[in-house]
Amino acid sequence: MKAYQRPMAGWWHRNPFYLWYTLREASALFVTAYALVLLAGLARLRQGEAAFDAWREALASPASLGFHAVALLLVLYHAWTWFKVMPKTLPFLRIAGRRVPDRAIVVAGLASAVLFSTILFVMVKA
Amino acid sequence: MKRSNKPIFWSLFGAGGMLAALVGPMLIFLTGIAAPLGLVDMSYARTLALAQHGLGKLALFVVIGLFLFHGCHRLIHCLHDFGVPVGPGVKASFHGFAILGSAAAAVLLFAL
Repeated sequence: MKAYQRPMAGWWHRNPFYLWYTLREASALFVTAYALVLLAGLARLRQGEAAFDAWREALASPASLGFHAVALLLVLYHAWTWFKVMPKTLPFLRIAGRRVPDRAIVVAGLASAVLFSTILFVMVKA
Repeated sequence: MKRSNKPIFWSLFGAGGMLAALVGPMLIFLTGIAAPLGLVDMSYARTLALAQHGLGKLALFVVIGLFLFHGCHRLIHCLHDFGVPVGPGVKASFHGFAILGSAAAAVLLFAL
């Protein structure tokens, strides 16, 4: 006996909400690939200076720059959605017995991202 | 009843998602765009020094490992969303991939 399976083709672009949802989920593909790019860099680093420079040269190719540009946009969107749902994914926070408002949680999350990213930038640029 | 492994993988997914939300865009910009364009220094000497420093090792391991766990876990849900049946085998392969990748990063960092 074969169970009925409802068709799944094309659902994700019929409704803007689902399209944005799918874009956010697609960020996972880029986060995974980015981790593998870094892992490859580590392997090349281990092989010595010539191998590492070849990896760096590959990073400067148009394909790689394009990949990282798309990854940057999708991960930015991931970050936005991550903090936007944080009032729902965190347990209720209370300060002095009063519940922290949802808005404050979102703003604190976004502010932390800006703060940590700035610190990282300054450390790397220095 | 057998204990579920869900809390472990969900925690790793969550930690990776938080890390990616906090510094993911900046990391991608620095290593994937700014460094290749010559805006920041990612030379062999500087990167080796980072990978040989204890805190640098820890940072690289955490970023690679948690990004893999976050990405692979979310990809399992993507498969489901696109109508691919997800059984224990598929889950184990994706989580296994993240475990292998993290282990590879650990071995490389240990050897550097």
